[in-house]
Amino acid sequence: MGPLIPNGFIPDEWNNIIAIIIGLAFGYILEASGFSSSRKLAGVFYGYDFVVLKVFFTAAVIAVIGIFYLDYLGYLDFNQLYIHPTYLWGAIIGGIIMGVGFVTGGFCPGTSVCGAAIGKIDAMVFILGILIGVFVFSELYTLFEPIYDGYFLGNQTLMDSLGVSPYWFIFIFTIIALVAFFVVDQIRKKVKKVFY
Amino acid sequence: MNTEHQNRHVYWNPYFGGFLLGLLIIFTFYMTGRGLGASGAMKSSVVAIVDKVAPTHAENNAYYSKYIDEDKSPLNTWLVFEAIGVLLGAFISGSLGGRIKLKVEHSPKITSRRRLWFALGGGVLFGLGAQIARGCTSGAALSGMAVLSTGGFITMMAIFGTGYVVAYFFRKNWI
Repeated sequence: MGPLIPNGFIPDEWNNIIAIIIGLAFGYILEASGFSSSRKLAGVFYGYDFVVLKVFFTAAVIAVIGIFYLDYLGYLDFNQLYIHPTYLWGAIIGGIIMGVGFVTGGFCPGTSVCGAAIGKIDAMVFILGILIGVFVFSELYTLFEPIYDGYFLGNQTLMDSLGVSPYWFIFIFTIIALVAFFVVDQIRKKVKKVFY
Repeated sequence: MNTEHQNRHVYWNPYFGGFLLGLLIIFTFYMTGRGLGASGAMKSSVVAIVDKVAPTHAENNAYYSKYIDEDKSPLNTWLVFEAIGVLLGAFISGSLGGRIKLKVEHSPKITSRRRLWFALGGGVLFGLGAQIARGCTSGAALSGMAVLSTGGFITMMAIFGTGYVVAYFFRKNWI
């Protein structure tokens, strides 16, 4: 039966109201987990605070288990879900640029909105930067178009790319996450504390 | 005073936050068939501004014109409403935690001005990269991973892999 809105179980007029409610929960969870602080976020790259890795990995594991479980039980049709498309070089180059942006700016788009909401001026400036970045991309779109539209592999999942069973992949992914949680705690004990 | 100051920095257990965020992603896919996003709202804002200031230019541009619809404003999209929610939700959480304060957060080793220049530069890069990869940490990496999207995993690894590679060069800003 799910997803509910595309399948008409909930009228389309509710879509934007649900968007605000989902956003509200998203913003609340991010802020309450400490994602409104750039110094806390940057800790993941220097080993003094791994909150980003812990929240991010936990959320991904819970979400993927839940989605596949709901699909298995028949409450949610996985084939109707939007799979983020794979444009190979766009994903790599865009990711590299964002990686540099993360370390220099200390935020990502979602967390900068949280930071701005509680009065962080650096977060507001970061958002201004994003707007400029989008503007630059759009103005030079013809230049970026070959990577943006090229190397399209379809709306691929790892099952298509690697030929793995989703259930085995999720099992291994969960183990990797648990090992990562243990390892980062060991690293953090060795790294010099940073107070902020 | 000291305890009060410390309490302001008390956040949720990260696994609890991650657990709730995971449930929220499941709920979002269950309701809408799609995941969360953040940079989409900023793209819509740029499209709306350019469309307002220079409508002909926006229509002639191959990128803006994808998001311009005669019938509705570029801001009337799911992700913009979601972003308004994020702003409100973070504000509520920050209020309850006593964390609302106008300030520039930076390492004591650098000046506010330096922090702001780097924040601006980082934002520009993130905005650019998020367009090239068709999504940011939320839309591409997190929501992509939730449905085992290959592109989502690649973008996630590229973001964090690069972060670790370049972290050394920007260490003065943070540690």
